[in-house]
Amino acid sequence: MPRPPSPSIPEKEFLFNSLKESLRLDGRQSLEMRDPVFTFGPDLGWVECALGKTRVLAQLDGKMVKPTPERPLEGIITINSEISPMASSDYEPGRPSDEEVTMTRMLDKVLRRSDAIDKESLCILAGQRVWHLRLTIHCLADAGNLLDCACLAGIVAFRHYRRPEVEVVGEEVIIHHPSERAPVPLSMHHTPFCFTFAYFPDPNTPPILDPSHLEQRLSAGLISIALNAQKELCVIQKAGGVPLSQEQVLGAIDIAVGKAVELDRIVTQRLEEDWKGRKVEIR
Amino acid sequence: MSSRVEILNDGGYRSDGRRQYELRDITIDLSPRGTADGSAMITHGLTEVMVDVFGPREAKLRGQTLHDRALLTVEVGIVPFSTGERRKRNRGDKRILELAATIKQTFEPIVQTNLYPRSEISIFVSVLQQDGGLLPASINATTLALLTAGIPMTDYVTAITCGVHSTAPLLDLTTLEENDLPHLTVASLPRTFKVTLVAMETRLHVERVSECMKIAGEAGKVLHQEMKRAVEARTKRLVQAMDMAPRIGGVGGGVDRDVDMDEDNQT
Repeated sequence: MPRPPSPSIPEKEFLFNSLKESLRLDGRQSLEMRDPVFTFGPDLGWVECALGKTRVLAQLDGKMVKPTPERPLEGIITINSEISPMASSDYEPGRPSDEEVTMTRMLDKVLRRSDAIDKESLCILAGQRVWHLRLTIHCLADAGNLLDCACLAGIVAFRHYRRPEVEVVGEEVIIHHPSERAPVPLSMHHTPFCFTFAYFPDPNTPPILDPSHLEQRLSAGLISIALNAQKELCVIQKAGGVPLSQEQVLGAIDIAVGKAVELDRIVTQRLEEDWKGRKVEIR
Repeated sequence: MSSRVEILNDGGYRSDGRRQYELRDITIDLSPRGTADGSAMITHGLTEVMVDVFGPREAKLRGQTLHDRALLTVEVGIVPFSTGERRKRNRGDKRILELAATIKQTFEPIVQTNLYPRSEISIFVSVLQQDGGLLPASINATTLALLTAGIPMTDYVTAITCGVHSTAPLLDLTTLEENDLPHLTVASLPRTFKVTLVAMETRLHVERVSECMKIAGEAGKVLHQEMKRAVEARTKRLVQAMDMAPRIGGVGGGVDRDVDMDEDNQT
């Protein structure tokens, strides 16, 4: 298996020297995120999210299933994600790589285990019928920070999706087609966002938010923080890399708090815009 | 989520009779096992983890060798009877893979891998019993196993979980507490007080985090003392054994002993 070539020495030195002066190769500030661009598809729950050239497509669909016997009152959410070689030539098909395991687990933690979606509201008939939501994440292109992009696409897909209205008469379940009754949005507790910071070997280099591909390759450590606009941390993940002092970790969390509020505003605004231009209801 | 068990009662005791900041009993066993170059077994209360370290040795897969440093490989096995609910997890399980990847990433910057280019250090983690704090126990055991294997590291790595019950931080959670409380796993380096690993999976308010990390850092120092004592005791035993060695193999007592043994055989 050929490993992807590592960046050349001049490239590396140039990046390190410019970062030391708080300059980034794409002209961003050190704590500036690339602006997310959302493209909503024809279906509800079909979202393409782009951070610069990193692009991820998230697709959500729901169907009715019988719940598991352990949790008869809760709906089921599954997340499928796979980094295919389409995203970047660094990835290979076959046995999941470390990046893929990290991403799958992070998506699971950020979107599912953080209780973002009220699973009990997905129950239709206790022990008989619940909604099964399936989120598929397709990584289209990796130009750095694929994880944040995937999390963002996933959570926006959940907010964008609307499930058909159902009615229970006795033991009978009636699903109303969107043309009969307006589909209902999912009941959500909160909206977590993920932010990744990169640290560099030289302690004088400031940490950067939303690293690009090259920055990610040359970084000495990453910390991913997922939190919502209500200042509740959902996931912190810092495994390996340069050891950080407690102040550095807390500093990163503080920055993420501000960014989450900002991002929440953008997401809400974009969803509203899309909803206005959409004709789902007949009446 | 409301639990039927009282996590922290009015008297300030937890469900297993500990105080807020009290750690569970720690036992460390560093006796060698089989052909492993280093091995350690650690128990935090009922959580029991065994780690074997092989290497530095030639990499099993030649293609994976790194020309400038050693390759660390971590494999985690969780025995099916380790939890209350008997469940077989196969090796491809994402949670196990993540645990292994986390341990690997935690130790990569600490182990001085650049001293052993083109070789491999394999770490095998076997989880024998689980009662909360699986990741910290695995990390602590791995630190000890690497030390007993004589692999140079820049520092100890000590890990602990810290949970928050409404506003009160609790240390070293059991499974029962882990299921109900938001918790944070912190792996720290006792010498520089820096953190190599922070992992959290449940919702927690930002303001609670700093307190949690501080307490976890303090707990890390306590763990460090405990681990250091075990390692020093082992080294002392080894040194004593080395002092004995010349007498056994030497001219004086050693010969006598051989003769004694022969006599035993004859009678």
